[in-house]
Amino acid sequence: MSKVQVFVGTKKGAFILTSDSKRAKWDVSDPFFAGWEIYHMKGSPVDPNRIYVSQTSGWFGQIIQRSDDGGKTWFQPGFKPGDSTTTPDGMPVTESNKFAYDTSDAEGKPLSTHQYFDGTQRPWEFKRVWHLEPSLTDPDTVYAGVEDAALFKTTDGGKSWKELSGLRGHSTGPKWSPGAGGMGLHTIILDPNNKDRIYIAISAAGVFRTDNGGKTWNPINKGLSSQYIPDPNAEVGHCVHRIAMHPTRPDVLYMQKHWDVMRTNNSGDLWTEVSDNLPSDFGFVIDVHAHEPETIYVIPIKSDSEHFPPDGKLRVYRSRTGGNNWEALTKGLPQKDCYVNILREAMSVDTLDPCGIYFGTTGGQVYASADGGDSWNAIVQNLPPVYSVEVQVLK
Amino acid sequence: MIRVVLPYHLRNLAHINSEVQLEISGHITINAILNSLEARYPMLAGTIRDHVNKQRRPFVRYYVCGEDISLEQPDAQLPPQILSGKEPFVILGAIAGG
Repeated sequence: MSKVQVFVGTKKGAFILTSDSKRAKWDVSDPFFAGWEIYHMKGSPVDPNRIYVSQTSGWFGQIIQRSDDGGKTWFQPGFKPGDSTTTPDGMPVTESNKFAYDTSDAEGKPLSTHQYFDGTQRPWEFKRVWHLEPSLTDPDTVYAGVEDAALFKTTDGGKSWKELSGLRGHSTGPKWSPGAGGMGLHTIILDPNNKDRIYIAISAAGVFRTDNGGKTWNPINKGLSSQYIPDPNAEVGHCVHRIAMHPTRPDVLYMQKHWDVMRTNNSGDLWTEVSDNLPSDFGFVIDVHAHEPETIYVIPIKSDSEHFPPDGKLRVYRSRTGGNNWEALTKGLPQKDCYVNILREAMSVDTLDPCGIYFGTTGGQVYASADGGDSWNAIVQNLPPVYSVEVQVLK
Repeated sequence: MIRVVLPYHLRNLAHINSEVQLEISGHITINAILNSLEARYPMLAGTIRDHVNKQRRPFVRYYVCGEDISLEQPDAQLPPQILSGKEPFVILGAIAGG
């Protein structure tokens, strides 16, 4: 029988929730990395025992953790517990938490500043890793989306990281500015049919695509309209919250933006709005059913100033038509007095049939549906605020 | 023998449960202590001071002999009590909410 593991990153540690394929009864692990903010935790699709974690702290900065045994033990890449390897001259060799922006003459020299809230130019300054995206083919290769927005890559299992500076080097770089949560690169989508194509999204710059493995990038924000920027149809400046793709149709992307749910059928060349009858077209998460590429899920949030579900009712909305024609899914979800938020990294789907859908709240609940969203249960109730949810099915 | 006291989370990262003792030759300064500490516990690199510019992280403080010396020059000589090991060099996370 298959085993399901849900990786939950929270404000005060990581948790692994485990069940069988029925997904009716769940075990909750003790906290990992207790007291640290866990922005993201994701397993390699090639080797499910290989798990990467972004562990971060306002005090002590960024740590990368890795497990090679499915989450039983953890270490900072480059070191086993107890190791104290140094260079011959006695300097530390660990670089698993070193995310240094490219300032080389060849590629990074012009990448000096970006726009700040007040319109002035500020130097790029590394703050944390928001998202880790393991390669589809190599367990040692991982992409990291960081704040201030940049994309890094490791090819040695997280021991060292190198910036793909062609992204930040795009001519619009100096115009990128932070969203309220910071200027984070939060979404990384690898095209399963084209190893050279990657999509990323930045708050609040928008969506970018590379077709040459990350050397050069172009904004793909045509069709987006954002009333909160001087030119609503600008090339960059859009506060994209999340993008999702079904692996069988990599040219179709779905987007939850800071207002508007969007869809593209041509790899981002043009987006069209599919918000239709949602009670609010604001939200953070969006995801796609594992077996039905036209079935998508969002959780509307009331905005701009409140950031909780409309009317105190926690409702997942499902469209079976690739956008528009949304239906509210409420069975098992609180329909009064609910004022939590669901952050952008906090929804995921499993690959079982029927498809399981999972999301975590800022109130510390993780809800799961084992029937494609028709009904829901809180599989854990009282965690710290949930930042991220990922799911792994083990055969 | 230089004694260094680390905060809870850094002791966990370094897999230690007590204070650290370091042998350091030459001038005893903040930088000398941190260089030696990071050499012995490389997993702490980047957690106390920035990897690239070596600036102290904002919510990390250094105490010696009951004084907060976080704003002192990192290459300034530390008091003889640190050199003798009578007093520890204390690294701590500031109380900053959360």
